[in-house]
Amino acid sequence: MNGVRITGVGLHPFGRFDGVTGTAMGVVAVRDALAEAGIGVRDVQAAFCGTAYGGVAAGHRVLGALAGTGIPIYDVEAGCASGGAALELAAASIASGQHDRVLVFGIEKMPKGVIRSSFFAPWQESAGLSPAPAFFALRAQRLLKETDLTVEHLAQVVVKNRGHGVANPDAMFQKAVSVDQVLASRMICPPLTLFMLCSPNEGAAAVVLARDGAGPTVAGISLRSHLPGNVLGEDSPLGGIDDAAITPPTALAAQDAYAQAGLGPEDIDVVECQDTDAGRELLAWAELGLCPSGGQAAILAEGAALVGGRRPINPSGGLLSKGEPLGASALGQVVELVRQLRGTAGARQVSGAKIALAHVIGRGANACVTVLVA
Amino acid sequence: MWNSSQVSLPPIDPSVLRVDDDGVTLLGGWSETSRFRHFPRSPVCPFTGADDVVPLDLPRSGTLWLHTQVNLAPPGYAGPVPYQLGIVELEGGPLLRVVSRLAGDSLAMGMPMQLDGEVVPGPDEEPTVTWVFHP
Repeated sequence: MNGVRITGVGLHPFGRFDGVTGTAMGVVAVRDALAEAGIGVRDVQAAFCGTAYGGVAAGHRVLGALAGTGIPIYDVEAGCASGGAALELAAASIASGQHDRVLVFGIEKMPKGVIRSSFFAPWQESAGLSPAPAFFALRAQRLLKETDLTVEHLAQVVVKNRGHGVANPDAMFQKAVSVDQVLASRMICPPLTLFMLCSPNEGAAAVVLARDGAGPTVAGISLRSHLPGNVLGEDSPLGGIDDAAITPPTALAAQDAYAQAGLGPEDIDVVECQDTDAGRELLAWAELGLCPSGGQAAILAEGAALVGGRRPINPSGGLLSKGEPLGASALGQVVELVRQLRGTAGARQVSGAKIALAHVIGRGANACVTVLVA
Repeated sequence: MWNSSQVSLPPIDPSVLRVDDDGVTLLGGWSETSRFRHFPRSPVCPFTGADDVVPLDLPRSGTLWLHTQVNLAPPGYAGPVPYQLGIVELEGGPLLRVVSRLAGDSLAMGMPMQLDGEVVPGPDEEPTVTWVFHP
């Protein structure tokens, strides 16, 4: 994907903001991104808005508040990958020659507690077959069953990300935790404790893409859905088959994005990946090709995924620190990585970062992988 | 738990579950060309797209693959908490894994499990029959 540059980024912090609408948060992020790019809202030729719970024409409301309507505005829903899907469409609109400058943003204002998803039929909810944390827990159980990973490794992921979050003023949680605190926090669904699960919350993120200008290049981006068959996939089917030979959507998207960029996992300096729960992050490492299955323990033992380590993962603190505003989370990763590639990430700066990877996966199932080059 | 007097209650979804004097039966499908069983029954094989699906009553026994416990009632659920949830590998072949409520003490991976009915409030809050596996 040649010639697609990120010329400006903006963020509304992730957290809980009573009385602030999703539209208002979107306006903050969009104005910051436009200001960084040195353009006005009427200089973009199209806008793409990722949101899952934002309602009808959520993107139009943000552009309307900025007197920026009249251009094509696309509202994009792809679960936790909504922002990634919006970014992929936006990048393609520039790569294809359709547009020269576009705006991409994600907004979300999630209800508190366990996410309710219209993905499930009412009878599945009534039967108790819809709780997302339970499916995350079953997937984590499998990871522990089929590898040498343990609950302590799950806790170490939380300790790493929450430690990174201390240096992120835009994160919801900016307090470090210990392995013991993670394991002693309230048991939600064994083996996952409260601290091992991210909090659905609120926030917004925005990115300006342009054919010309200064900024990191979107070297590869791919959105993929699941192949049929895996009973533990984010599509939460009720039945599945032996999935040993079924490639997960994250790996499909990663293969595409690496191929587009002409790069491989060994080239990546810094990663932001989906940590809906601690087990999800460990799975992502293997699915992205950052390590073999079971190789996560060595990375944790070496501290290789810490800021200051060989290849930091989730230097922003991840969703475990930031919380997850579904439509905004993927673009929040991109905002973080652009700052890392510019060298402006402050206390959490990854030294010498030149190539970065962002990854989200969620309901659908949809996975999106983006490779950025400084 | 389940008793035969509850046979008159409706299944939580008639396309997924049958309730009769034999108890509860999971309504699956079989594609001869794909050689896959699946659940719930789909118009085409959900793994290959083959359109030769015929109805298949699934076995009432299996082996526990994975299990966890739900401690907080998820949205839209009015039954008791905590409850156990997991995945059972059904008897026979080819391999079919089914998500299920679970009952019983000291559940362990690899344990033989049996299908049964369980009454929970349905979407309209009236009692309905869903399925559960227990040792």
